[in-house]
Amino acid sequence: MPKAQQDAYQEFIKGLWRDNPVFVQVLGMCPILAVTNSAVNALAMGGATFFVLVTSSFLVSSLKRWIPRQVRISTYVIIIATFVTVTDFALQALVPQIHKELGAFIPLIVVNCMILGRQEAFASKNSVRLAVVDALGMASGFLFALFALGGVREILGEGRFFGIDLFGPEFEPWVIMILPPGGFLTLGLLLLFFSWVKERKEQLAERLADMQGEPS
Amino acid sequence: MSNLVWIFVSALLINNFVLSYFLGLCPFLGVSGKLETSFRLGLATVFVMLITALCAWFLNTYILIHAPYLRLISFIVVIASTVQFIEMLIKRLSPHLFKALGIFLPLITTNCAILGLAIFSTNKGYGLAQGMIYALGAGLGFTLALVLMAGLREESELAPVPRLMRGTALNLIIAGILSMAFMGFAGLFSAA
Repeated sequence: MPKAQQDAYQEFIKGLWRDNPVFVQVLGMCPILAVTNSAVNALAMGGATFFVLVTSSFLVSSLKRWIPRQVRISTYVIIIATFVTVTDFALQALVPQIHKELGAFIPLIVVNCMILGRQEAFASKNSVRLAVVDALGMASGFLFALFALGGVREILGEGRFFGIDLFGPEFEPWVIMILPPGGFLTLGLLLLFFSWVKERKEQLAERLADMQGEPS
Repeated sequence: MSNLVWIFVSALLINNFVLSYFLGLCPFLGVSGKLETSFRLGLATVFVMLITALCAWFLNTYILIHAPYLRLISFIVVIASTVQFIEMLIKRLSPHLFKALGIFLPLITTNCAILGLAIFSTNKGYGLAQGMIYALGAGLGFTLALVLMAGLREESELAPVPRLMRGTALNLIIAGILSMAFMGFAGLFSAA
């Protein structure tokens, strides 16, 4: 792979896994928990955030030379708010049912700290191409996290996945999982799982290094 | 009158902003390490929320009827600048109060609970009095959740918790249990 392409690939993977905005950086919590009571809602929310993040990263990165440093944060917020308004109206027109379920949480994408964080930390300092790739990676990571949470909560809370019955009529749904406490508990356990995986990986690498160090 | 009481209790306990709407989670998880700090942050939030309610009512009544598509942008810009302005004013008039609310004021402005408050009370069509009461309830509810969380976290510092569990994972699970407890309030007004 040529170097430029490899860099772009690294930026993409970083958002999706190693620096996953939800599981590793714990950013943008509010929308994550509020709308992930079913897989469909989670996907819609993830898609909306995806669009906003990618378009605002693109715009911020293209305009970075003309944005004065002192008012940069307010400029980013206005750019983000514009795209969120666009998304809000688009969803209302295209999928009114989902728009109604997500309700006030679509406008709240504006204050998702992950989006503003990417503008400040990455898009305002890098080329347009890298900024878009970074946004794509972060947004995919966010979408993945939302989907994981929404999936787990729907399966346990209703015994269904995308509205398809999974366990038959005997299954007693854990209603708590689709209620607010379930959101906190599921995210807590998923975070625990991710730090466990990371720990295992580090231990494995250590053992591997030990084995290579010793002459056999 | 009973309507106002209902709005207050509902925002304070039953539909607690943090524990059932998941708004303002960043400070809830980030700043709830110490009891003292979280109480101050809570008070500062109540203050900003009252200003927000006032701004939102003003914008909705006089400006946004003509241009509803500007709602989001104008909320953010107006609320942020008003808070900034009032912060400067307080610094001049009462250094003591400024010290108590301190650095939290500008931070809170970008808190999702603030924008959430403006949007929710717009969606519910609240007037000025209702909006202010709603803001007061929501702010005190936020403070209550934050202080409870800080107390629990101070206790859990000393508990023998597995190392992997420490940090955000444990805090989220504590929050989950707290949220479960708050669900009990849902029956409070069902008869009324």
